[in-house]
Amino acid sequence: MAVLPRRRLAAVALAATTALLVTAGCGGGDDAEADGPVTLTVDVFGQFGYDQLYQEYMAAHPDVKIVERGTGSNLDEYSPKLTQWLAAGRGAGDIVAIEEGLLVEYKANPGNFVNLLDHGAADLKGNFLEWKWNAGLTADGKQLIGLGTDVGGIAICYRKDLFEKAGLPTERDAVSKLWPTWQDYIATGEKFVAARTGASFLDAATNTFNTILLQTAGNTTGYSYYDTNGNVVVDSNPAVRQAWDTTMDIIDSGLSGKYGSWSEEWVSAFKQTKFATIACPAWMTGVIEGNAGPAAKGKWDIARVPGSGGNWGGSHLAVPKQSKHQAQAIELAKFLTSAKGQIGAFKAKGPLPSSPQALDDPAIAGSTNAYFSGAPVGAIFGTGAKSLKPVYMGPKNQAVRTEVENAVRTVELGQRSPAQGWTDAVTNAKKAAAK
Amino acid sequence: MTVQLDARPPVAPAPGRQRRSSGRLSRLDTRYSPYLYIAPFFLLFAVFGVYPLAYTFWVSLHDWDLLGTDHPFVGAENYTRLLADVDFWHALVNTLGIFVISTVPQLLAALWLANLLNRGLRARTGWRMAVLVPNVTSTAAVAIVFGVLFGREFGMVNWLLDLVGMDAIEWKSNRFASWVAISAMVDWRWTGYNALILLAAMQAIPRDLYEAAAIDGANRARQFWSVTVPLLKPTIIFCTIIATIGGLQLFTEPRMFHSGTNPIRGGPLRESQTLTMYMFENAFAPHYNFGYGSAVAWLLFALIALVAAVNVLVLRRLGGGAGPRKGATR
Repeated sequence: MAVLPRRRLAAVALAATTALLVTAGCGGGDDAEADGPVTLTVDVFGQFGYDQLYQEYMAAHPDVKIVERGTGSNLDEYSPKLTQWLAAGRGAGDIVAIEEGLLVEYKANPGNFVNLLDHGAADLKGNFLEWKWNAGLTADGKQLIGLGTDVGGIAICYRKDLFEKAGLPTERDAVSKLWPTWQDYIATGEKFVAARTGASFLDAATNTFNTILLQTAGNTTGYSYYDTNGNVVVDSNPAVRQAWDTTMDIIDSGLSGKYGSWSEEWVSAFKQTKFATIACPAWMTGVIEGNAGPAAKGKWDIARVPGSGGNWGGSHLAVPKQSKHQAQAIELAKFLTSAKGQIGAFKAKGPLPSSPQALDDPAIAGSTNAYFSGAPVGAIFGTGAKSLKPVYMGPKNQAVRTEVENAVRTVELGQRSPAQGWTDAVTNAKKAAAK
Repeated sequence: MTVQLDARPPVAPAPGRQRRSSGRLSRLDTRYSPYLYIAPFFLLFAVFGVYPLAYTFWVSLHDWDLLGTDHPFVGAENYTRLLADVDFWHALVNTLGIFVISTVPQLLAALWLANLLNRGLRARTGWRMAVLVPNVTSTAAVAIVFGVLFGREFGMVNWLLDLVGMDAIEWKSNRFASWVAISAMVDWRWTGYNALILLAAMQAIPRDLYEAAAIDGANRARQFWSVTVPLLKPTIIFCTIIATIGGLQLFTEPRMFHSGTNPIRGGPLRESQTLTMYMFENAFAPHYNFGYGSAVAWLLFALIALVAAVNVLVLRRLGGGAGPRKGATR
């Protein structure tokens, strides 16, 4: 008789265990709003230069602890992760950095983010360049998704030691005079290549292409792959074609080292001094310093970009609706994007402020960068930052840009002729936009 | 056992009702408790297997923007578009190409390794453990190291080629070269694992079969092909199916092999983009089209089922009708 109850007991125990396991799997996670200090997570990519600011903020707010994730990561790794967190409704930080290319996609689904206008952000409008502020607004202007961090004024960063080896001037003003236009830049590159220094003139044609495109588009049409009505205009926008043709000249002259941008090889090429110049938005200075390392300190310098002006990149800080500490997160985001915060970030890692007050501040205007041979970065990037003309980006800008830049890459690697490459760029861009 | 217990006459006249109820309970117990015992597996399978499958299918019938709130039903449109999508077929060819280049040498090498390990080696356990070492390393780490080894300009493989006077190979933007590089990664990782499985099966083969073969005058090679291999057939089928599932779902190796801008493409002309990478590219960055990505996932599922079926059929056919096998059946 004893056998029976024991078996039944076992069955009951098993069922109970199973049920427990299942419920345990579903429960947990929702850590309640604790009374103690809150931990705010900030998700970034690349180098935002906030470390010092966090220390300062935490000192003033003992109840807040700040953790940054993703420092130094590649935007291509960061964006999909962020999108998944938003789609899944959990996982994202309390503050997330959004690059301008992705911002246009997120604006189509603003429900994922806290409307900062509901939290007193409207008063901050004057703290930002007008177009930077507008970029954070949804199409109807009723929701503010993100507060601007930086803008990407463009220059050319170059290796003085390689220029010297090639018999070119090394002093930054003289270097700037070498290339009033992109054609002059190519001519300089040809001289550099002829000197056989063992290095290429530039890192990758894709980076240069994007720079020329954003500059040309900013100065002419005001849009790149999409027109302002949302049509794909890769084949009809003269700015795209012009940037393409100039890039083809660069490839044709053998100037590119073909180090696929942001790849392991690209990073190695920095370390091994394998190229002399790189298109250099303000935020790129931090990337160069990180990739080339302390050994190259004082060997880099910054000259002006061929052509005139241009903007590449720049980000916003947003607070996802899934954040459990929205109020504290909004406060921190306001602090980080304030003129003071932007100046702090610029001093740490070089992202150029999007706040006119910060740009006017002597701390920026007079600032120099020791890593870049004491180049007056404040003057180089800051001058003209306020007159930057934004380039409109369409809803699937990232996907379309990927296709066109890949076409550039296939020509650079000799897999396609320039004509075939252009056909690929146009067809694949349209296909990507329709997906 | 329970039946016997119940059949025993009661010592004291117990109330009939209670007896009946305990009898019914025990009948219920006999009939249903086995289901309860196997339930945990099916529960977990339902949660982590059936539900995602069904949900993915449901998603694939919709125009589903990952971040959007509105997901209109579009029926089979994702599937019809996918079947006309050249990039999909390109990824399919890549996947099958990498699968064949990696799996065939891998299983042959595993068979050879297992045969070696089955002999009286010194420090046998040490060797057997050693072949498994690549399998316990992290796939991502392996892929990153191989990605660097196969670099165009700074890679060690091209450096070695240069030493022997050969031209550098564009491992990442040459379609066939990238398949070979990725296959090398897969084989490095999985050959030892398969060798151990085959070794275990080899040790289950009765010794007397070999003695009988030896008496019949069969040499070592003949014994291997006529006794060992036929008897390993079920295990080889198992290894092939596992390799098929892994091979067709190949993701980490090709994904981490590429670095830089948009590595999910597997090279500028999608040289080594596998189906799972194509699925990811569509479902996540840069397209965020969850419906389309789900359709890729379902076609991949169908493909794996198909290839696994073909595997079984082919291997059955191969193993059939061999002379010495007959005497060897267990």
